[in-house]
Amino acid sequence: MILARLKKRFPPGTDSAGFSLDVDVKTTGGITVLFGPSGSGKTLTLDCIAGFVRPGEGRVMIGDDILFDGATNVHLAPRERRCGYVFQNYALFPHMTLRQNLEFAAAFRAKLDRHRRVSAMLERFRLNDMAGLKPHELSGGQKQRCSIARALLAEPRVLLLDEPAQGLDPALRVELHEVLRSVRAEFETPIVMVTHDLAEAFAVADEMLIYQNGTILQQGSPAGIFEKPATAAVAGVLGLYNLLEAEVVALDPGRNTCDLRYQEFDLHGPYLKGKFKGDRVWICVRPEELRATPRAGRPGMNQIPVQLHRATQRPGAMRLEFECGIQADLSRAEYEPQRHNKDWTVEFPTAAMRVL
Amino acid sequence: MAIDWFPLWLSLRVAILSTALAAVLGLWVAYWLAFRDFRGKEALDAFVTLPLVLPPTVLGFYLLVVLGRNSPIGHFYEWITGGPLVFTWQAAVVAALFHSLPLLVKSARAALENINPTFVRAARSLGATEKRVFLRVLLPLAARPVLAASAIAFARSLGDFGVTIMIAGNIPGRTQTIAVAIYDAVESGNGALARALVLVISAVALVILWAANRVAPPRTAG
Repeated sequence: MILARLKKRFPPGTDSAGFSLDVDVKTTGGITVLFGPSGSGKTLTLDCIAGFVRPGEGRVMIGDDILFDGATNVHLAPRERRCGYVFQNYALFPHMTLRQNLEFAAAFRAKLDRHRRVSAMLERFRLNDMAGLKPHELSGGQKQRCSIARALLAEPRVLLLDEPAQGLDPALRVELHEVLRSVRAEFETPIVMVTHDLAEAFAVADEMLIYQNGTILQQGSPAGIFEKPATAAVAGVLGLYNLLEAEVVALDPGRNTCDLRYQEFDLHGPYLKGKFKGDRVWICVRPEELRATPRAGRPGMNQIPVQLHRATQRPGAMRLEFECGIQADLSRAEYEPQRHNKDWTVEFPTAAMRVL
Repeated sequence: MAIDWFPLWLSLRVAILSTALAAVLGLWVAYWLAFRDFRGKEALDAFVTLPLVLPPTVLGFYLLVVLGRNSPIGHFYEWITGGPLVFTWQAAVVAALFHSLPLLVKSARAALENINPTFVRAARSLGATEKRVFLRVLLPLAARPVLAASAIAFARSLGDFGVTIMIAGNIPGRTQTIAVAIYDAVESGNGALARALVLVISAVALVILWAANRVAPPRTAG
């Protein structure tokens, strides 16, 4: 189990705004992804766990061992923490060959044992053929695997990865995710990984922590967070949703429904526990959940007339962006015949409407 | 006429020894200046830089006071070795050492600070002690600029005049280094000797400069 309760304040300087980190990270194993925009404190969290940065107050524990405790002034040096750290730029020592890089991490072992373990690790990460090369002679994917192998050779109790897929092309990303999943299965080392790539978070995460401005907005499984973002802020960070500000006009517990007013339109949604008439709420729907149709006659129930601003290509479908800011997805086959049409209606299926 | 090459050999011996000492001492001081925070850090920096701006005779005078036969250090040296330090060729080594140390400290500090700090972090996270970080990571990465600086320091030691004459003197066959010998030759009207020594020392300096430029890469570590 890894626990990191961290507080650190950076007072505003002459050329920088202030920043304060206040997070409570708790994970039991598997792959934990810290997701959020740049500058939200994700890497700082890793650095505090690894011991590169001293938090103002709080506590860092791995299992029963205290690595940092602000109250009792415990602050172990990085080398005593056994945190494997995979850096954004890999940080392979440029003056050593790949094998020497790995041996550096296994220096605490006797010579024969070290040689055997390094060879096994080279084999495991398919680096045998490059063992004698220097880092600058390796490809991005090879450097990546080498830095993971090096971190693992030091027998870490947690593997910390800082934006490991940065600068890798899509095929190598997929390979990296494969490697991470197999490391999870084989080495039983918990992994904490920083990313601001949502697809990556979904590809590997068992648990996901949503960061913003030095705080954690939500923690949970990627699927759970995707299905039900806790707040409009979470939905905003994920960037996958239409967020419409609306007002609760009526609540009907009998029929399990509510009436919402978005601008001048009425929408029927699911009944809202804990909300009152007159509350301002956010309607949160994904573009693929909306049904866009060419406008014909008066808008019906839960339909809003909209003007098309532009349509952009997406891997799966066309994304229609309307003047009011709403986005909806439509299959290319359905869009093609209507490509010159500007007048559309979007329908909000009651079941798909999350109200935050 | 026969040229007495003793001053050249003495100068080379002094320069090699003092450069080796300056490299070790300079790296150690540079490491502290680059990576550690302590009280008086800037004072130490100023102290080791001082010989760069002081007139050599002033530096020599200070050393004479600190290492002379009546000073504690001079006494201690005499007690250990049985003879005084000043006006021996060993004193010339000390003179050259202090004269070239600032060069090495300056460039070693720059080289160490130029190393990407994530290499240090990586080494520490892999369980390396500070000593191991220094020997296996920092030193190899800073080696080339430090070697280049050592070559310049060597040339500087080879040609030191002011400090040497203050604390090692001008004893032919014992402490007369090449720079002092050239001065002596000119003073006593021995133009042939002066010309020969000047030509040799110029050639050596050129070779050193060339070597320093060869070893100092345009790329930066990290």
